[in-house]
Amino acid sequence: MTDATAGAGPNPQDAAAKAAEKPGPMLAADGTPLKKSLSRALRRQKLRALMLIAPLLIFVLVTFVAPIADMLFRSVENQIVSDTLPRTTAALDDWNADSGELPGEAVYEGLYYDMVIAEERKLHTRLGSRLNYEQTGLSSLFRQTGRGVDDIGEVYFDQFDDLNPAWDEAVTWAELMGEPNWVAEAKARAGNDESIPGFEMKDGIEDLLPRTAEMYGIFAEFTETEDEDSPIEEEPWEMVHVALYQDLVSQDVSGYDGAQADLLNEAKAAVGDFETIGFKDGFLEIEDDWGNHDIWATIKTYSPNYTNGYFLAAVDMEKTPDGPALRDENERIYGILFQRTMFMSLMITFSCILLGYPVAWLLANLPSRSANLLLILVLLPFWTSLLVRTSAWKVMLQQQGVINDVLVWLGLVADDARLVMINNQFGTIVAMTHILLPFMILPLYSVMQTIPPSYLRAAKSLGATNWTAFWRVYFPQSVPGIGAGSILVFILAIGYYITPEIVGGTTGTFISNRIAYHISSSLNWGLAAALGTILLAVVMALYWCYDKIVGIDNVKLG
Amino acid sequence: MADGSNEAFVAFERVQKSYDGENLVVKDLNLSLPKGEFLTMLGPSGSGKTTCLMMLAGFETATHGEIKIGGVSINHIPPHKRGIGMVFQNYALFPHMTVAENLSFPLEVRKMGKSEREKKVKRALDMVQMGAFGGRRPAQLSGGQQQRIALARALVFEAELVLMDEPLGALDKQLREHMQFEIKRIADDLGITVVYVTHDQTEALTMSDRVAVFDDGRIQQLAPPDELYEAPQNSFVAQFIGENNTLEGTVETIGSGRCTVKLDQGAVIDAVPVNVSQKGERTRVSIRPERVEFNPQMGPDAHTLEAEVQEFVYMGDVFRTRLKVAGKEDFVVKTRNRADQVRLSPGEKITIGWLPEDCRALDAT
Repeated sequence: MTDATAGAGPNPQDAAAKAAEKPGPMLAADGTPLKKSLSRALRRQKLRALMLIAPLLIFVLVTFVAPIADMLFRSVENQIVSDTLPRTTAALDDWNADSGELPGEAVYEGLYYDMVIAEERKLHTRLGSRLNYEQTGLSSLFRQTGRGVDDIGEVYFDQFDDLNPAWDEAVTWAELMGEPNWVAEAKARAGNDESIPGFEMKDGIEDLLPRTAEMYGIFAEFTETEDEDSPIEEEPWEMVHVALYQDLVSQDVSGYDGAQADLLNEAKAAVGDFETIGFKDGFLEIEDDWGNHDIWATIKTYSPNYTNGYFLAAVDMEKTPDGPALRDENERIYGILFQRTMFMSLMITFSCILLGYPVAWLLANLPSRSANLLLILVLLPFWTSLLVRTSAWKVMLQQQGVINDVLVWLGLVADDARLVMINNQFGTIVAMTHILLPFMILPLYSVMQTIPPSYLRAAKSLGATNWTAFWRVYFPQSVPGIGAGSILVFILAIGYYITPEIVGGTTGTFISNRIAYHISSSLNWGLAAALGTILLAVVMALYWCYDKIVGIDNVKLG
Repeated sequence: MADGSNEAFVAFERVQKSYDGENLVVKDLNLSLPKGEFLTMLGPSGSGKTTCLMMLAGFETATHGEIKIGGVSINHIPPHKRGIGMVFQNYALFPHMTVAENLSFPLEVRKMGKSEREKKVKRALDMVQMGAFGGRRPAQLSGGQQQRIALARALVFEAELVLMDEPLGALDKQLREHMQFEIKRIADDLGITVVYVTHDQTEALTMSDRVAVFDDGRIQQLAPPDELYEAPQNSFVAQFIGENNTLEGTVETIGSGRCTVKLDQGAVIDAVPVNVSQKGERTRVSIRPERVEFNPQMGPDAHTLEAEVQEFVYMGDVFRTRLKVAGKEDFVVKTRNRADQVRLSPGEKITIGWLPEDCRALDAT
């Protein structure tokens, strides 16, 4: 060997010996530090490995992890209230719900503007549905208010119109609020039926008429983006008139000398005599409920961007002004459902162990030809639709079903006392045990296959009875299989949906059925997400416990 | 071979075994061994030796016949009541128990008290020089160490009969030789009866008091090692034990203790008739390679053969010369490496001969 390498180049042993003599880092043959050249060599491998898994990784991230993360985020997300009612929620900060009084005029003022904008954007009904989860009646309150909110603005709108018909012209408003250059351009183009450039606010108008500028800006943006029109051609909403009225009452406009200054000064002189309507009175006129303290308390409670309300609801609690509290006894359902889900999943897991262990034993100890046949029988259910199997159980177990008929025919059960075996916990446990059994048998089988029969023989030759040999020698070695099977079955069971839905009735349903209900029927996704998050956390916690007690490296799939 | 006396500790009487109801794996086995004997069952795989061991241990039932221990039939005694220690091929140490727990297991199932158990476990571990390893798991031990533990476990409950099923098969050569002596020493010290199954003839020859050579479900020969090697009863045993040269021919004359065989090539040689009985019978003569001499100086009645050297191999302690004799090219001669030993080169023509009593005329099959 030394001859061959001596001819081919520097002897590697010499190089290594030299490197070892020198203090400092070990060097590779070309003089670079060994660590560096090793990591360079490994980086290529890592990159290649990463590229190989990249398609799956991206697929999983995009279609699985991201949606789940989004879903989980929904369990605490609550921006809809502050997004839809920004002014109201800001004003509500100063209001103390414990005072027992209704909020002040400022809150109603904010609510007015928020509602008008929300109504134009058709967002108020969504907010109503959201708040309806917390307090029934809010959905219709918001719908009604959306219809009536314009009444408040009409009062001012008509008076401005009466004062000077020019206030009824879109151009008047555009000249008052818009940048003169933009107004000229817009007018010219509108005449030629050309596309009109985007609205530009006049400098300084925000200081002069702050509310009007804000509201007109919102109106202008909405008109351009949603209606695809221009404020030069569209008369502003009543809300802008209200804002102008408020500005004129409070602001000094004498310094203004831009377009429509005369009109503005005329209005300024007249607003003192305007007929007015309080925002609060206006809302109370639309809906009495706006005078209800509880409704305001609910809105204030849910005005922060993030809420624990869904999680509280998921554990049968609710937010009250005094802090979280348990719901009334007869309104609690999720605690019971979680307990039932856990209990039934455990029952199913134990049933699977009891039924699956002997089968797996048989599979592992039969000659391979018979074992293969038996394995096909075990796998047979996988080749049938889940729905078909579950429906078959319905046929078997129902009161006019096969089993009851046979029992009645045999005379074991009276015809008028047929057993109730479906639409309850029993039915769910039976059907799900049957469906999940292969998930127990397969890991058990593959672990048992690795246990040589000589262990049992050794135990017997040492004087152990069949039972002792099994219990002291065979069983401990099959525990990893039980562990793997149990984790599989339990985790599958705890999130199972379709079977409990079909055979569970009212007493045999799982928490997942409730989650599905909130996703597809009640559309309370936040609560569904909270329930799902809790379920996930429970599974994680159990997994952790299992790791602590049994050790996850004791789980083998073969 | 089966003396049938009351002294027999273990006895197989007319035992047959069939797995499928069509073929007999063990055909009419009769075997008895006295207390304290070290008996080896030797044979190629599929010869029925392991089946015999398993029947003795109780893991297989005899299809016919009786197996007795101490004069009592054990056919219907389940394995765990037979009180036989057993060492398995792959040791079968329980992986989820420590070494001490493994050893303690047979004592626990015998409901032995804790202090007594610990005492016995310690003694057994010391016996195999593994006293310091009681707390380890089997997976943390080397093959040789596991082997010792398996041996200690089979001995810890003081079984009088210990069965070993190719216990050294997984060890390397050096360790295997070492363990052969170790097992033999312990067996002699404790005075236990051992039935040992192996397919390694060296192991069988070095360890056993007697060796039973199995083939085709029958014991071909049951004899002490030296007899087995020196005086094989049939050509299977001659072939199976040690290296062996065979020449085929026909019996020409047969007398008491002597016969002449005319080889197919035409040459005539002397031999001891073992299982040939009449003139004209086909036979296969067997000569051990180390009993052949080059250019022999023998008596006038001794027959010699012409040979041509094919190959000369230097093996250290011996020279191995492959010759072409009587038309056969695989005739091997082993000579000791002595200073005066001639070193032959291929192509050389020489004469070879042997003492007539070293040449055995066996069956032709």
